[in-house]
Amino acid sequence: MSQATIDAETRPDPLGVGADHPDYLRADSGLRSWLLTKDHKRIAIMFYVGVILFLGLGGIFALVLRTELLTPEQTFIDANTYNQMFTLHGITMVWLFMIPAIPTVFGNFVLPIMLGAKDLAFPRINLASFYVYVLSAIILLGAMVAGGADTGWTFYVPYSTTSPTAVTWMGIGIFVNGISSIMTSVNFIVTTHTMRAKGLSWHRMPLFVWASYATSIIILFATPVLGMSLVLLALDHAFGLSLFNPRYGGDPVLFQHLFWFYSHPAVYIMILPSFGVISEVVCSFSHNQPASYRAIAYSSLGIAFIGFFTWGHHMFVAGLSEFDAGVFGALSMFVAIFSAIKVFTWVATLRGGSISFATPMLYFLWFLFLFVFGGMTGVAVATQSLDVHWHDTYFVVAHFHFIMVGGTLTAFLAAAHYWFPKMFGRLYDERVGLLTSVAVFIGFVFTFLPQFLLGNGGMPRRYFTYPARYQWLNVLSTGGAWLLGAGLILALGNLVIALKWGKRAGPNPWGSRSFEWITASPPSKHNFEETPEIERSAYEYTLSEEVARERAKAR
Amino acid sequence: MSAQRLVEQFESLEKQDHAARLAMWMFLGSETLLFGALFAAYAYYRGMYPSEFVQALHHNSVALGTTNTVVLITSSFTVALGVHFVREGRARLTAGLFALSTLFGAVFLVVKGIEYSHHIHENALPAGMYAFAERPPAGVVLGFTLYWFMTALHGLHVIAGMIMLAVVGLLCWKGRYGVHRNVAVENVGLYWHLVDVVWIFLWPLFYLTD
Repeated sequence: MSQATIDAETRPDPLGVGADHPDYLRADSGLRSWLLTKDHKRIAIMFYVGVILFLGLGGIFALVLRTELLTPEQTFIDANTYNQMFTLHGITMVWLFMIPAIPTVFGNFVLPIMLGAKDLAFPRINLASFYVYVLSAIILLGAMVAGGADTGWTFYVPYSTTSPTAVTWMGIGIFVNGISSIMTSVNFIVTTHTMRAKGLSWHRMPLFVWASYATSIIILFATPVLGMSLVLLALDHAFGLSLFNPRYGGDPVLFQHLFWFYSHPAVYIMILPSFGVISEVVCSFSHNQPASYRAIAYSSLGIAFIGFFTWGHHMFVAGLSEFDAGVFGALSMFVAIFSAIKVFTWVATLRGGSISFATPMLYFLWFLFLFVFGGMTGVAVATQSLDVHWHDTYFVVAHFHFIMVGGTLTAFLAAAHYWFPKMFGRLYDERVGLLTSVAVFIGFVFTFLPQFLLGNGGMPRRYFTYPARYQWLNVLSTGGAWLLGAGLILALGNLVIALKWGKRAGPNPWGSRSFEWITASPPSKHNFEETPEIERSAYEYTLSEEVARERAKAR
Repeated sequence: MSAQRLVEQFESLEKQDHAARLAMWMFLGSETLLFGALFAAYAYYRGMYPSEFVQALHHNSVALGTTNTVVLITSSFTVALGVHFVREGRARLTAGLFALSTLFGAVFLVVKGIEYSHHIHENALPAGMYAFAERPPAGVVLGFTLYWFMTALHGLHVIAGMIMLAVVGLLCWKGRYGVHRNVAVENVGLYWHLVDVVWIFLWPLFYLTD
């Protein structure tokens, strides 16, 4: 079949580092050994189960609301339920899936191994982070049962302070969720600073580590601001604190400032880890070093920094002065420059490479197309004059889904396939993987491309009914959503089947030079019994395999 | 002894201590932004309602606020001394200094409590509960709501800091920390200084600028 599978069959590596020890899945047994584990790999697996469950839940909400929009009038749920659906879809997807997904699952699993470390710096904080995440999920699920929310995921005041739904508990749940994110990010930052193996300088690290590091910085400094704004909101909803209430002189727009001060950087919290995944995938499957390592690494930091100064572009119609809006618009476009640097570097990395065409690589291509599309429309909506027309229409919905779903979800799937052999020691079925990937892509394009047209044609977001002339595009969009859902279920099924019946993977089925592939698949409990000595970067594809192994030596 | 406390994922104690210290600084950075959101709200509203804020601040007694500032700065000094002495191996002295600092924290809370009870007596309460015979202009309520919320949140941090000081002080007394093992003592000290620094910003904003 594909080149990558052939690699695995014809060039069996030695067993990999730590193969003579029991792997992390078998090192201990029993429920207790999972629930109280301090092993970053097991914690990653527990997070994996959690985020997949919430991807499913958020997906169900999405399918319900897309199905409701099949017809211009009421289809099968009432207007209040519809309001609940788009709100719960947003809350679930943003805080329970997208923000934790890549860092807590793949970051937790591979980041310490990439650094040649035995674990993260603070394993107990890591485990606590998981339970805090579970607690936030319980609070949010409880709130969904006890009234839900109908405010939209943005919780704009003044409506959110008077909404009869469970806004207070939603706010508390998201605050708790933020604590979990901050714990993980402190762990990543400290680990990256203090636990790199001997010889592993900053510029030899895999690019995924740079991306995780930049993400952690954003989480650390943006999340508390959101936490505080939602606490103020919850106190207002529960006790009438009224800090944003005009009756006492409060300004609802201040809430928007505070909310977007976090929630715009949150977009980069969601997309930067994807950039890391994509950088790994493109290098591993083109067997080539990145066209410019520093360009990719530093542009992540650039995005992390500039992302703190762009929040105003969400508020062009909220009474910002034209000057302020212009400044925010221009700053937002800087993000496009950094993103373009990455995109061009990835594409240039393909040049001269020896490309193997496996499922993660296909997801890379989808990512490239969707992210460029989403990014370019981002520049368009950052332009004040255009945004006034598109604001609060489906154009914006389509734009951020191209980034969030087209970017983050495809990168999540790329990572799920790319690191699958490392995490579970088996190979998934490549043919099914490629086919499901195509289904996801086609489903995605049919879901969200029509929404650009709907928005440009004037259909507002979050409306329950719409004029009949918008129907055919809505039908396309709903059909696409069902295909996307089916594609995701099949992709998941393919991976689950491979857990048991997949062929055994060697330590390095893709022929990658990144350091996590030195270890056995699955890695032993301590990853490395002795800290490896690194004498090369993570992308030395010009060296022969023997030499490369020799220069990243571990017993 | 010291070999035992090296956990398996670290190569050396220096790196392990460096990691703990770095984590505390990162956490403090995050805490700063937590208060930062509120300081931003304060700046925003004070810009909107300059004279109303001044009127709101008339409820506060400069004498009590300043007393608390002196108490907290003194406590930070005793904490810093404690961190110094544990490095010299005089952990018992550190335990005493931390106990004293915890006591200063308690004094701070008592003074704050006296202030709060005055406000409650005057009906100078947050938001809708702010009740006077003649209704004050909107910005006054806002200013006083911010006062309550920011000082109460700071008070919670004081309580958290006191608990940490007490626990670490007790462990110092029992001989857990000494010349070679003191990063936890240092970290608690750092946290207490943050609590102090936040108050040093709250003090002018709510007491001195009326």
